Amino acid sequence: MFDKSRWRDYLLHLFGAAVIVILARDINLIARLPQDVNQGAIFKIIFFHVPMAVTAMTAAAVAFVASVLFLITRDFRYDALAVAVTEVGLAFLAGNLITGSIWGHIIWGQWWAWDARLTSALVCWILYASYLMLRRAVEEPTQRATFAAVWSIFSFIDVPIVIFSIKWWRTQHPQPVFWGGGSFPHDWLVVFLWNMLAMVLLAIVMTTVRVRQENAQRELDSLRRTAHAM
Amino acid sequence: MSAVAVDGVWKFYGDYPALRDVRLDAAAGACLALIGRNGAGKTTLLRIMAGFSRPGRGEVRICGTAPRDTATRRRIGFLGHGISVYDELSAIENLTLFARLYGLQEPRQAAAEWLERTGLERVANGLVREFSRGMRQRLAVARAFLHNPSVLLLDEPFTALDDRAIAVLQRLLREALAEGKTVVMSTHQLREALELATDVALLNRGRVAFAGPRTAEMVADPGFLYARYGEG
Amino acid sequence: MTGFLRQVAVIAAKDLRAELRTKEAINGSLAFSLVILLLFSFAFDPTGDTTREISGGLLWIVFAFAGTLILNRSFARELPNDCLDALIAAPISGAALFLGKAIANYVLLLAMELISLPVFGIFYNVRWTGQFPELMLVLLLGTWALTVLGTMTSALTVNIRLREVMLPLLTYPVLVPALMGAMQLTMALIAGKPIDADNVMWLKMLIGFDVIYTAVSLVLVETVLVG
Repeated sequence: MFDKSRWRDYLLHLFGAAVIVILARDINLIARLPQDVNQGAIFKIIFFHVPMAVTAMTAAAVAFVASVLFLITRDFRYDALAVAVTEVGLAFLAGNLITGSIWGHIIWGQWWAWDARLTSALVCWILYASYLMLRRAVEEPTQRATFAAVWSIFSFIDVPIVIFSIKWWRTQHPQPVFWGGGSFPHDWLVVFLWNMLAMVLLAIVMTTVRVRQENAQRELDSLRRTAHAM
Repeated sequence: MSAVAVDGVWKFYGDYPALRDVRLDAAAGACLALIGRNGAGKTTLLRIMAGFSRPGRGEVRICGTAPRDTATRRRIGFLGHGISVYDELSAIENLTLFARLYGLQEPRQAAAEWLERTGLERVANGLVREFSRGMRQRLAVARAFLHNPSVLLLDEPFTALDDRAIAVLQRLLREALAEGKTVVMSTHQLREALELATDVALLNRGRVAFAGPRTAEMVADPGFLYARYGEG
Repeated sequence: MTGFLRQVAVIAAKDLRAELRTKEAINGSLAFSLVILLLFSFAFDPTGDTTREISGGLLWIVFAFAGTLILNRSFARELPNDCLDALIAAPISGAALFLGKAIANYVLLLAMELISLPVFGIFYNVRWTGQFPELMLVLLLGTWALTVLGTMTSALTVNIRLREVMLPLLTYPVLVPALMGAMQLTMALIAGKPIDADNVMWLKMLIGFDVIYTAVSLVLVETVLVG
């Protein structure tokens, strides 16, 4: 009667539709907003640049919690959540890096400057990319999940330290900050928050799809092993 | 209370069960021979008994406590596939090292004593990397028995031993059993193992296909169990 | 507590004795360090002023790279003959095993660094004896960060594929803040600047980093070793 998996599918599709609708409306709204006084049209990239960073950070936090829960309960579903949310977070962080780079190229003429925030994002990206490489290097599933959980904890603890050190480094050796010089009018805030919501929903949709794929993969692996044993 | 109790142990690699609901008991002073084909799960089970890995479900109790408890670890002696001694150290250095780790009162003395009992006293200061195979294995046996464990877990101990080492091991096991110690050994070498065994368990694809006391029948025809309870 | 410390000492002594017999890791590490110092002096004009300014930073790159040879060996030396099994079976906590190995690694790393330092001074015409105690402090703190993370990743990667690649791949990103701090401090000290209000932040960060990661490693190492 109450088919849980069908309702989960409905919810997922609902979220996905919501994302598309909100994004479409947002992009329309954003395009119609007046250009920034100092920096022109490109400043609007901030509507995507910052939400992506925030989503990525949230993803890291979720991965941390999932990893801790896995180590406590040894339930593989937490491991699936950890890897899924880390991959999605990495994708969003990459989006942040790319939009940052494009912004820098348009405004400053260079594809990369060692701006504090972008550099921190880069280091964090490498940090979590190596988490994924660790997963790939461990064959046995239980060992893989355990090691990955430990490493996710190590990585997450480093994130604030990285952000702080790089900020301090840039305080000592100042460089122009990327979006210094742009102003953010108050009435843009509403659109910004809607876009933030869209990004988060998108992340949830992507993570859910990935979690399902991970759980299905686990079943397949187990069936394959059983078949080999016969 | 049995010396070794395996209570409903399952071991999963991912979702695949390598051990399914294994229940076994070995009383103090018993010698349990674990037999089974390659891949049946003997090594997996022994390693869980020794505390190297955790069961997915169920538990193992050594003398009533968990194998990973510090006190319990002192009571377990494990002999695996590798000799677990360092090539770059001498025989006496190796044994003294482990004697210290196990908190023995007189580490050097205990080390020297066990070198004698395994016939290695003359090469005490020799580096293990220069030892012959049989000597290396005798040193491995010395390391496993060094701290006077009450439970010995041996993974295919007779495989690839030379005659002298086999004799040493059999003598030490008989002495240990006479002292009331418990032995669990997995084996392919049915004959040597079944001579010493008081109980036998046959593992087949992670399940206990047979568990019971060793009978004269088994010693006479070791393959009989496989024929009856195993597959093919 | 004394039992714990005694076990740490036993493990550290064993690792050091084994390493001093074979000298594989320390020789390889020293050779690697000298080669990198040499290569850097081809890349940068070794007599130039800018080079002297950045040389403190270069030094830590040398230490980090050459150090992985020592760190890799740490748990890898337990693999032949299945010695790791015997250590895990022994009534020694994962924390004691980890700490013992970390201390042995620390000693070996410091040895490699203290030998590299005069060579570095000669190649780059750098006076590093100026503020010697402060420089030693930075060396001790920075090397401990490298040690604690490297020993942990050594435990993580001991049994997996591509071990030699995975160890540096995992260690370096997490180490970035500590390396950055060590580099900044070393460059300042070599340039003759004292550790003042500007730089003391890096020192505090290094200390914090060391404390945090030592604690986290001690807690999680048992999970990594036994699962």
